[in-house]
Amino acid sequence: MNPSGDALENINPTLYGKCEERLVTREEEDDDIADEFDSREIFDLIRNIYDPEHPLTLEELHVVDVSLINVDNTKNEIKVNFTPTIPHCSMATLIGLSIRVRLIRALPARFKVNVEITPGSHSTEFAINKQLADKERVAAALENSTLIGVINQCISRPVTAA
Amino acid sequence: MTQTTPLQTLRGHVGRVWSVAWSPTGTMLSSCGEDKNIRLWGKESFGTKFTAKAILSDCHQRTIRETAWSPCGNFIASASFDATTAIWDKRAGQFECNATLEGHENEVKSVTWSKSGQFLATCSRDKSVWVWEVGEEDEYECGAVINAHIQDVKKVRFHPHDNILASASYDDTVKLFKEDASEADWVNCATLKSHTSTVWSLAFDRTGTRLATCSDDQTVKIWKEYRPGNSAGIPTPDGDSVWKCVCTLSGHHGRTIYDISWCHSTDLIATGCGDDAIRIFKESTDHSSGDEVSFDLVHTVHGAHAQDVNCIAWNPMVPGMLASCSDDGEIKLWQFKLDTL
Repeated sequence: MNPSGDALENINPTLYGKCEERLVTREEEDDDIADEFDSREIFDLIRNIYDPEHPLTLEELHVVDVSLINVDNTKNEIKVNFTPTIPHCSMATLIGLSIRVRLIRALPARFKVNVEITPGSHSTEFAINKQLADKERVAAALENSTLIGVINQCISRPVTAA
Repeated sequence: MTQTTPLQTLRGHVGRVWSVAWSPTGTMLSSCGEDKNIRLWGKESFGTKFTAKAILSDCHQRTIRETAWSPCGNFIASASFDATTAIWDKRAGQFECNATLEGHENEVKSVTWSKSGQFLATCSRDKSVWVWEVGEEDEYECGAVINAHIQDVKKVRFHPHDNILASASYDDTVKLFKEDASEADWVNCATLKSHTSTVWSLAFDRTGTRLATCSDDQTVKIWKEYRPGNSAGIPTPDGDSVWKCVCTLSGHHGRTIYDISWCHSTDLIATGCGDDAIRIFKESTDHSSGDEVSFDLVHTVHGAHAQDVNCIAWNPMVPGMLASCSDDGEIKLWQFKLDTL
């Protein structure tokens, strides 16, 4: 069921409702109007990423939240905080990596993306943040076909029981 | 009044370019990146522009992180995420891969030759630094496996004159190693602690008595060697030189500093940063004397590249000429001018 094949770490996660779909305005569909990225658009890119061990989205588990996303269009900086469901979650690095990969693929290359654990929500947040911020280690991880397979599955569809 | 003039943009790599390196004569540039190829760039005879001279491929299975020229210019070593280091030689007229050094458990991050050409050093994600002895006929014997760092080792560089090796790590430290002739081994002779995050790169000055380091903590630090019996009275308890941080350049860089290069002809320091800029620092003659060292930011090229600047290298023979490369897939050549040069 989960990628490591072990028992679920968080057997009974708290579920949260999904937010309303965003209404696309007439201005946004007009290609002549410059339209900058905002936190809601970034949220829409990552809210439907699936948790590695539950067939639930990061939004449903409150791992990602629109209020924890900051976009600075002038500096081309995007900061995403994510909140692991439990403070010793061993999947935290994988979840952060999935968010990074989703944003790297979807956003223009000019954006600098920082993905960090919401302060105080994980026992090893400093070590995980350092690893997620090290682009060389991220690049090496993404050359690992097993890992990229797991990430692609998180990004695209829920893990289904065989 | 200072300025940096763009000379040329070299395109050809697909995806991120991790590193560039000048040949010892400054006439050739090697580059490498995630497309697993090494490109060699040089001038046509009588030409002024650099053009692609050769593509070295089919030797590495994964990203090539760094290339390094031997001091004689006849060999190129390449470090790859595939855990191997390849040695390319031009005995057959053009560079060919005739030796592969294996042993690291994980990605090889950096490679460097000693000034004498006698040693080659590599470092890896597996936390170790290996020193290889260069023999005749493509023989490279591992002379030492050094497990002094407790994390991923990012960069290795030899001293400009002596058989002293420096390494920079994800464990936030820089370590120096020297050959212990009696033990026929390489020993850790200094640990430089002051950075508060990953040390990505380092560069010796021309004398080898000072070292510049750059880090994820967005600072550059200058370290000075104090030998036993130094006039400043710095204690050297183990009989080895002590290295002290004599200057910290903070507040200049907006993100991680990925590389630093200390020019051995002009003494200028250049940095490549994750905020897409190239910065140039010059020692302040007014305030620097012995133990009081200060450096001024003399020029910033904002938006030098469209994405992170991964590597920066001063040409060893043409004063003020710089090469840089970026995540944007491009390599750029620059000419820096300082009125007082």
